Amino acid sequence: MNELLLEYLPIILFLALGAIIGIVFLVLAFVIAPYNPDPEKVSAFESGFNAFDDSRMTFQVRFYLVSILFIIFDLEVAFLFPWAIALKGLGAVGFWSMMVFLGILTVGFIYEWKKGALEWA
Amino acid sequence: MVEAMVEFYQTPLGRVVLDFSFCLILLVVLLLSIAFLLVADRKIWAAVQLRRGPNVVGPFGLLQSFADFLKFVFKEVIIPAGANKGVFFLAPLISVTLASGAWAVIPVSATWVIADINVGVMYLFAISSLGVYGIIMGGWASNSKYPFLGALRSAAQMVSYEVSIGFILITVLLLVGSLNLTDIVNAQQNIWFAIPLFPMFIMFFISALAETNRPPFDLPEAESELVAGYQVEYSSTGYLLFMLAEYMNIVLMCAMTTILFLGGWLPPFEFLGFIPGVFWFVLKVCMVFFMFAMVKAMVPRYRYDQLMRLGWKVFLPLSLLFVVLVGGVVTIWPDLIWADVPAAM
Repeated sequence: MNELLLEYLPIILFLALGAIIGIVFLVLAFVIAPYNPDPEKVSAFESGFNAFDDSRMTFQVRFYLVSILFIIFDLEVAFLFPWAIALKGLGAVGFWSMMVFLGILTVGFIYEWKKGALEWA
Repeated sequence: MVEAMVEFYQTPLGRVVLDFSFCLILLVVLLLSIAFLLVADRKIWAAVQLRRGPNVVGPFGLLQSFADFLKFVFKEVIIPAGANKGVFFLAPLISVTLASGAWAVIPVSATWVIADINVGVMYLFAISSLGVYGIIMGGWASNSKYPFLGALRSAAQMVSYEVSIGFILITVLLLVGSLNLTDIVNAQQNIWFAIPLFPMFIMFFISALAETNRPPFDLPEAESELVAGYQVEYSSTGYLLFMLAEYMNIVLMCAMTTILFLGGWLPPFEFLGFIPGVFWFVLKVCMVFFMFAMVKAMVPRYRYDQLMRLGWKVFLPLSLLFVVLVGGVVTIWPDLIWADVPAAM
């Protein structure tokens, strides 16, 4: 097998081991622990009340906004990874071309700050 | 006999067996140390509040975690009537698999690393991003209000701080010029990055607290408002797995702080080099964990808008600024950075 791929073999094994431990724990409780559900016990927890309505409800749009902002900035970080590794060999040209990219993103960041997208109230 | 064994370990099957046994050893050691770190966490918390903490099971309560484990296993599994059952049990499983999987690339000492891959930092970053899925699936599948709200908060918090963690990682990578974790530690032979990158070190520590939902950023499970956040409907081993994953992530963040900023397995002084590296690594991880525990005991909980403000309006611009700053320094003086650095590519 390819030597490069072989380096990833232990990771797969480790993930598998983690999953096995999880499955064993979950199954163990089913085997050992008692199981006698009743309607009160399996109803959704709501501080002792009966649930007023379904919990698949609407939620504040801010959370959605945060995830969109996250995608933008996480992509930015992903772009920065190879640049950061190679910068020592790239010199001033490499540095300034990334600065242009970051500058454009910073303009966007200032805009969303001014627009109030980062306010949480 | 020995030659035959060496030969066997060079065949594909032997390689799998060897790797598997290493993985098993690391995982067992990891689980055991988490059991004791959990007790340490509670003991420190108790000591700050002038309580005794767990002190019944075993000497000084050292075996408390094992008693807790048995208790979890013997508790009834409660499946909420409205829950999506498959996803409900998949969520803790995903959490614990990812949390343990991240440990495969952590170099414990100069030669002790299970998978010495070239993209170690990238792998850790990716795995910790995926961790959000376990939480949001658990919160959604419970079909109950508190878990749902807790999961939303948790996801938003984790992704917010992940951005600043990403930028902080970039500043370290700029100095090192490699994604390999072993290279990152070796680059710190002359000076630990905590000194030249001190502000980044502090920000990484705080972001790590937020990323692992530790107090003072434990809003997803704020007891006074959301009961226990996304874990409300979980009982028995489902809850145990979530907690295990949480502590694995915490210790992982301690290990990452150690590797990125505190010189990993390197001794603090040259003349202490005769002590094996693994000792220094464990010592440093324990010190960082002690800081985690102290912060938990002493700092009051943040409000949610303050938390988001800190992440987006303070950490993000600051870490972005430091990327530019460090990038500039590296461009002007590419050789300045502390010698013995592996050449880029």
